[in-house]
Amino acid sequence: MLLREVEYARPSSVEEAIELLAGHEGARALAGGQTIVNVMKARAASPDVLVDLNRLEGLRSISVSGETLRIGAMATYTQIMASSEVEVSRPILAEVSAQIADVQVRNRGTIGGNICSNDPTNHLPPLLVALDGSMTVRGADGERSVSASDFFLGVYMTAVGEGELLTSVSVPAAANAADGFASVTVGRDGTCLANAAACLAGDVVRIALGCVDAVPVLLTPTSSDESSVRQAVQEADIDPPSDVHASSEYRRHLAEVCAVRAVDKASRRG
Amino acid sequence: MEPTASKAITVEVNGTVYERDVESRRLLVHFVRDDLDLTGSHVGCDTGNCGACSMIVDGQLVKTCMLLAVQADGAKIETVEGLAAGGELTNLQQSFSDHHALQCGYCTPGMLMSATALLRENPKPSPAEIRKGLQGNICRCTGYWNIIEAVTAASGQEVASNE
Repeated sequence: MLLREVEYARPSSVEEAIELLAGHEGARALAGGQTIVNVMKARAASPDVLVDLNRLEGLRSISVSGETLRIGAMATYTQIMASSEVEVSRPILAEVSAQIADVQVRNRGTIGGNICSNDPTNHLPPLLVALDGSMTVRGADGERSVSASDFFLGVYMTAVGEGELLTSVSVPAAANAADGFASVTVGRDGTCLANAAACLAGDVVRIALGCVDAVPVLLTPTSSDESSVRQAVQEADIDPPSDVHASSEYRRHLAEVCAVRAVDKASRRG
Repeated sequence: MEPTASKAITVEVNGTVYERDVESRRLLVHFVRDDLDLTGSHVGCDTGNCGACSMIVDGQLVKTCMLLAVQADGAKIETVEGLAAGGELTNLQQSFSDHHALQCGYCTPGMLMSATALLRENPKPSPAEIRKGLQGNICRCTGYWNIIEAVTAASGQEVASNE
């Protein structure tokens, strides 16, 4: 399909990328392109300028320092799946990345693109909320850190402002963390109808539900018992959207099922 | 570097170097098919689902309806035309023929590129690994059985009888 006319720039440094984003009205960052290019075909968004981040190798690095696993915003799912740093410090990220779409999409799609597009059916927003991750956002005035709970603002909207760039995502390093993820999808590894991520740490239970609201819904039940988890989902009073694949009521049911399954998987891992 | 609506790019496709001016909005698959006249790769869904446009770009399997041609500047690209470059079918292509792994054939160029990428990384894939490797390619004719058999046979593994 022919896209609407668009200008293209390929910066060679993060500073240059931020200058381009800040200096041009209607400029958008182009990460893996697995969402935005299709969105542009549908004319659902029509950026005037695309700032291609694909040659910024520094944004692809994955490293562990102290208690933190830091993943560059341009790390692809394939890279995350193969990363020994991820494997030894928070393997759930690799496990979930392997469930996203297909080989081709995993080869191009990036962690930064996944969370910055913040499609409510995406996998990583609820996962990062459950893991209590944080995002590093850089602008002309410097860098700031935003917790995952504050990062997602609405459908397709995040805390990354105009002229800013997400540079990395950090999660606490914990090789044996009791993390779990469950989803019900359209076809194997397809679009999620409902998903949930769970993280159990001592007495603290964090569950984040995806697909049921504009942003991940964080639940902190007092216990990881099935009845407490079910009760927490019911009391969250969610009102999920209906579409051709699932009614609101069915999605609400699936959210509860996914939450229970995610907690179950987490408790088996921990 | 100022943003531009078009750009001169250089790509190497199946060993041949091409230099062209291309609009920034042009998708790689259209550039390869229409500008370079390599029409082996197909446009199926044009939404990133079907995989008919799959090519191997700098060693990685990608769907080229979700990549701009300008992004491929400097890249080495392999398309289905490159498989039998010497005029002789690859093992995999011959196996597709032997196992009747296509009916209408529209998905075949993408299937071949995905299976080629899979076998490079994993020369003896299990049936489950073949399914996972071809997950991004949709075939609406065959029901996939013969495709999986063809890839299994091409990897030198025995094909379980269907009968």
